[in-house]
Amino acid sequence: MDKIYLDNAATTKVIPEVKSKICEVLEDNFANPSSLHKLGIESEKIIKSARKNIAEALKVKPNNIIFTGSGTIANNIAIQGAVKRLNKFGKRIITSEIEHKSVLEMFKFLEKEGYEVIYLPVNKKGIIDLNKLKDAVNEETILVSIMAVNNEIGSLQPLKKISQLIKKYDNLYFHVDGVQALGKVNIDLTDLGINLYTVSSHKVNGPKGIGALYINESTLIDKILYGSSQEKGFYPGTENTSGIAGFGEAVQHLPKKEVIEDITKLKNDLKKKLQDEISDVIINTPDNDKAAPHILNVSFADIKGEVLVHSLENDGIYISTGSACTSKKDAISHVIKALHIPKKYMEGSIRISFSPYNTKKGVVYTFKSLKKHVKNLRKIMG
Amino acid sequence: MSNLYLIRYGEIGLKGENRNMFEDKLMSNIKKAVEWEDEGLNIYKTPGRIFLETSADKNIVKERLLKIPGLVSFSPVKKLPLDYERLKEETLSSAKEFMKGKGKITFRISARRSNKKFAYDSMELQYNLGEYVLESIGEDKLEVDLHQPDLDISVEIRKKHAYLYSETYEGMGGLPVGTTGNVGLMLSGGIDSPVAGYMGLKRGVKLIPIYFHSFPFTSDRAKEKVIDLAEVLAQYQNEINLHVVNFTEVLKEINNKCPDKLITIIMRRLMIKISEKIIEKQNGKAIITGESIGQVASQTLEAIHVTNHIPNLPILRPLLGLNKVQIVNLAKEIETYDISIQPYEDCCTVFVPQSPETRPTIEQVLEGEADLHIDDLIDEAIANVEVINIQPYS
Repeated sequence: MDKIYLDNAATTKVIPEVKSKICEVLEDNFANPSSLHKLGIESEKIIKSARKNIAEALKVKPNNIIFTGSGTIANNIAIQGAVKRLNKFGKRIITSEIEHKSVLEMFKFLEKEGYEVIYLPVNKKGIIDLNKLKDAVNEETILVSIMAVNNEIGSLQPLKKISQLIKKYDNLYFHVDGVQALGKVNIDLTDLGINLYTVSSHKVNGPKGIGALYINESTLIDKILYGSSQEKGFYPGTENTSGIAGFGEAVQHLPKKEVIEDITKLKNDLKKKLQDEISDVIINTPDNDKAAPHILNVSFADIKGEVLVHSLENDGIYISTGSACTSKKDAISHVIKALHIPKKYMEGSIRISFSPYNTKKGVVYTFKSLKKHVKNLRKIMG
Repeated sequence: MSNLYLIRYGEIGLKGENRNMFEDKLMSNIKKAVEWEDEGLNIYKTPGRIFLETSADKNIVKERLLKIPGLVSFSPVKKLPLDYERLKEETLSSAKEFMKGKGKITFRISARRSNKKFAYDSMELQYNLGEYVLESIGEDKLEVDLHQPDLDISVEIRKKHAYLYSETYEGMGGLPVGTTGNVGLMLSGGIDSPVAGYMGLKRGVKLIPIYFHSFPFTSDRAKEKVIDLAEVLAQYQNEINLHVVNFTEVLKEINNKCPDKLITIIMRRLMIKISEKIIEKQNGKAIITGESIGQVASQTLEAIHVTNHIPNLPILRPLLGLNKVQIVNLAKEIETYDISIQPYEDCCTVFVPQSPETRPTIEQVLEGEADLHIDDLIDEAIANVEVINIQPYS
């Protein structure tokens, strides 16, 4: 059997259309987009066209998109830039316990710098507590940063309700990390009153090393990087033209509604089989209306997630633990911890994440492999 | 342009009849290490000295020579005809070279004459050359200091040539790799075992590192880490054959059949048993481990006693006298520390018992192993060892 790649929330494979676009640009449009000559102008046009594509995908104006080197960098530019601009109005900033490290670590840093940081807890389904938000937000609050879709368990955050709760505050920006939402969930940036929104290319079959930040017209943020005037000066440095073009191409191929339905069905079928045929399983991903279609997070009692990942790898199946285990004491991800599941399930969480290129056959094979290994490992470790 | 290096060695000189063998080994080790950069190098010996002539980059040569066990020190050197006038000029230009950009410095000339036919003896050389340099450069910029000079210019008058040098670099010392024999090294991804291997290398052993891999319970990244460590050790012995034992099945069986609290100790005993068989096949004479008494549960004196019951080969524990801080410092010095502290090894401590036995007895362990019938598994593990040949500078 061919390899079965079910780690699409970590990154995705570049599709052929993107690959040819990148090669074409590398070959023909090597000139610096800032150069005054004709070749420079042609490179600039490539970027302009990609910017238009991203804007269309997000249903915003091209002028409000800047390209960055990654989702992480976009989050940094947004959060640091916003607090630098607004800190004369207050020092309170709000995020959730289950954000991506690129947001969470930034908030921890700001906390050390003297900001008053509120980390909103989540319920068992990994959805933030709106009452806590209501209590926390006040006139002193300058930033609320909440992800659209959690990268480990796929939970959708109630952006609409958050937006309603915070819109009456004038000096408050709403930042949303939309890296896992792009191409999977419809988010209306204008309707939600989002000031800053982050997306990334490599999660949607584009190249790595490219992200983008939407900055709403009436949103002013300070610069955190210094250099020339590329990307309105927010992300200076010679543009990664081929990467930008690749991203621009990738968003032209985002999955259609029917494909999203297919992915959802693959996920539901696997979820049902896991619940029916394996004992002591907790599904950490919420039900369909509260979760993105492509992520399924499951915990098995008395199993170590990483050992399961390696066992499946032997069968040619590539999945992931909740998040990369970076050291012994961090073996349990901060997201799984925030869900407060029973202790014996904590270490046994895995994430299976789908793409339009997965098949029913592959998922059935994955289930069989999972069932076999969970049984064997429980025998060994139990 | 090629440069000449004068290489000194110490302990080898003491080895009597074996002296030739030791010198030849040292020369061949140096040759292999520098040949990666310059295939046309020339290396030869004169009584008590080795000379290396190579066009390789000076900094790279220095780096390589400092990692050759058995090499006590070396100096980049100028080889001159036995011509006193020429010697004077070269001595002066060495001094000028050193003084570039510096203020007033102190200096001395150290001369040795083994060729008694040369017109001046060593005292005269020191005096005359020193005086010439001092007068030429001027006493406002230069002062003689016989005890701790900034610049020490050495002149050696030998049978056919004179040699001039002013820089000396301290090497590792010890014995050339390959002169004492093959020795197994139980190499984990931790901090200690690579350092233990380094200590062995200093005493001239050729290492056969053995790593126990237990995929899927440890990640392949742990294996990559061990390969990186072996690559560092390979720099001292030019190439290394890392032996990777697939230990998973043995581990599962131990876990299945043995009492929980003895798992670590029994696992260690079997690792030693497998290592011994691998090493014996390669004519190895001992096993080196990174143990030091009392660090962890498997290293109490009782635990060491119980593991020692397994092999016929001696187990060498070169870190025995060191404490953790000293081991860490050594690991930093040989640049294995940053590799060792990568987290992968600890990710899956699946088989670590809740409360390991820290005072095992041999009777207790034998009883714990009674249900274990795994000779087949051990033979299979040995038959399927993966040997990874690592060449450091390729």
